Amino acid sequence: MSQAINATRAPFRRWLRWETLLLVIFIVTVMVNIAQSPVYLNPNNFINLFQLSIEKIILAVVMTFIIINGEIDLSIASIMGMSACIMGRLYESGVPLEIGIIVAVAAGALAGAFSGFWIAYVGLPSLAVTLAGLVGYRGVARIMLEDRSIGDFPVWFETLGQQPIVGSLTFGLILFIMLFIVGLIVLHRTPFGRYVYAIGNNKQAAVFAGVRVRRVKMTLFIVSGIVAAVAGLLIAARFGAVRGNTADGFELDVVTMVLLGGVSIFGGSGTLVGVGLSILIILNLRNGMSLVNTTGNIQTSVIGMLLILSVLLPNWARIGQELLRRQRLRTALAPHTTQG
Amino acid sequence: MNTIKRLIRPEQIREFSLLLLIILAVLFFGTQVENFLSSRTVERVLSSVAIITVVAVGQTLVVLTRNIDLSVGSMVGFCAYFVGTQFTQNQAIEPLVGVGMAVGLGALLGAINGGLVAYARVPAIIVTLGTLAIYRGVLVEFSGAKTVTTANLPEWLVSLQRVNLFSVGEIDIRLMVFIALVVVVVFQIGIQFLQFGRRLYAIGSNPDAARVAGIPARRTVLIAYVLCGALSGLAGFMFLVRYGDITTVAAQGMELDVVAAVVVGGVNIFGGSGTMIGALLGAIMISTLDYSLTRLESISEFWKGALLGSFILLAVAADAVILARLRQLWARTELKLTTPTADELTPDTPKEARHVSGD
Repeated sequence: MSQAINATRAPFRRWLRWETLLLVIFIVTVMVNIAQSPVYLNPNNFINLFQLSIEKIILAVVMTFIIINGEIDLSIASIMGMSACIMGRLYESGVPLEIGIIVAVAAGALAGAFSGFWIAYVGLPSLAVTLAGLVGYRGVARIMLEDRSIGDFPVWFETLGQQPIVGSLTFGLILFIMLFIVGLIVLHRTPFGRYVYAIGNNKQAAVFAGVRVRRVKMTLFIVSGIVAAVAGLLIAARFGAVRGNTADGFELDVVTMVLLGGVSIFGGSGTLVGVGLSILIILNLRNGMSLVNTTGNIQTSVIGMLLILSVLLPNWARIGQELLRRQRLRTALAPHTTQG
Repeated sequence: MNTIKRLIRPEQIREFSLLLLIILAVLFFGTQVENFLSSRTVERVLSSVAIITVVAVGQTLVVLTRNIDLSVGSMVGFCAYFVGTQFTQNQAIEPLVGVGMAVGLGALLGAINGGLVAYARVPAIIVTLGTLAIYRGVLVEFSGAKTVTTANLPEWLVSLQRVNLFSVGEIDIRLMVFIALVVVVVFQIGIQFLQFGRRLYAIGSNPDAARVAGIPARRTVLIAYVLCGALSGLAGFMFLVRYGDITTVAAQGMELDVVAAVVVGGVNIFGGSGTMIGALLGAIMISTLDYSLTRLESISEFWKGALLGSFILLAVAADAVILARLRQLWARTELKLTTPTADELTPDTPKEARHVSGD
């Protein structure tokens, strides 16, 4: 979408990008929120805003890479649940929590590598493979804990999830900021980032250009698995308990955040800045709706609608542009055709 | 060899092996679970098969066109709840009017999906992931956290699930199961012989070629979604009949079972191949697994998800690796290709990639 617009030469159009639109929506949301509720501008509310969805926004960073690469990972929420349950189970049976954490992250990496193997090396569609992962890894989580819940983690672990450690920033928030900055650099300033775009744009061309497509895809899915596992541990620490259905259904929110950020579901375009803005919008929207006492289900409905609109609007813009271009072409050609 | 190839298609081998797998599973569980091979088991499994099958038939229509409908669970829940409340408020509603309401409401919800996918050109996964949340959210809001209870439903509706059509030996074939079978047969004939059905396959095999060939692709995809919604509505009615007590989370997560049934049943997730018989077999496989695991003493019922996940992966991998080879083998002898081109000799090139390189 942004490419299509950049191709036209008029200078003011540089500002007519998806990111600009997001910025406007963001400012409007913030202003409406300020007008709606007096507690909104409270700094604690802002920290809370991020803290309440910290796992999702961490996952959104990695999901951006995967969707730009032309794939999708629906299994992240299940990997979160699985790793959290593995850690919980190990802790329950007397294994030190540190070792449990290492095993859980390793399990996440393994799960990611497993999906990556089928997608990158066997060539199966990521939609089907990660759908199997969504069902399967959740199944593993349920095998681990069945219908029980495990809590009573050591104080340091729960502190890590709940209390601020630097200034008023929590561990999760610091992790997100670091991941976002690293992601920004890797995606937009390194060869690896260019490969991700190249593969998403045209896999065949990337292969012929000598890009190691399989290795890039494999790397992305392993990183996705690891980050999902870390996010799973983070949610365990934040809630102070794990259950078989921990993080159930998170994939919808994460995919929404990424697509609303202007990342094309077909791969090859979108920026992490856009995703950052869309994260801010969604968080503020949910926060605003909570402050005026809207129920969770309506909030989810609104997010679902946003998801559809985030693709519908650019589509309409593109169709409009196409019509405009055709009309211009027709008027330009008109004198010649009448003569001929 | 060639005569065998003429008689059997690769897809039939696929379906036959699934049937074999179901029989093996039943025999295995028969040795593990006491009183497994009884009419009670068959009835339990079939009553779950009936609902999943009806939705799976609708899902197959959509998947054949290289799309997907993840909102089916929400649609089933929505229709079941809506019709349930109508009956609660007015006991005198005619049975057929009730079914009509469910089917009509489902078709409307399906039309929203289809319109967005076919005419607004939003990818199917995005639309239906969105409507999955929207329909459920609207339902919860519309319900005001009330539930439909069996006690408030008309007498005939509650007893409908025990209505017996005929018996095969000791096994009773219930009306619900019969409806599901009729749906499978009607739609199998439809996709096999009707113009509309062939168009579904054409669009799923190669959307661009279908459009160039003059097939009204958008309208066909829209109708597929409307039918999928209507069948979800019918399944919603059956859900109401089977359970009676309907909460706002009714049929939540059903989309996973349905997509699993369709994929396990050999319907290609990338469109263009698959049958209703396959979807039915997939539904039977999954329901058998589901029921058997709850009965099995040695392993817990919580294994269901993990097994189902590996099943989906296995099915997709088998389709991609084995079935593609088989199909090439069939195509080569039929067309008498003496010198296959380089393009056909690389078996791993996916459909789209081939299309791109041909551009």
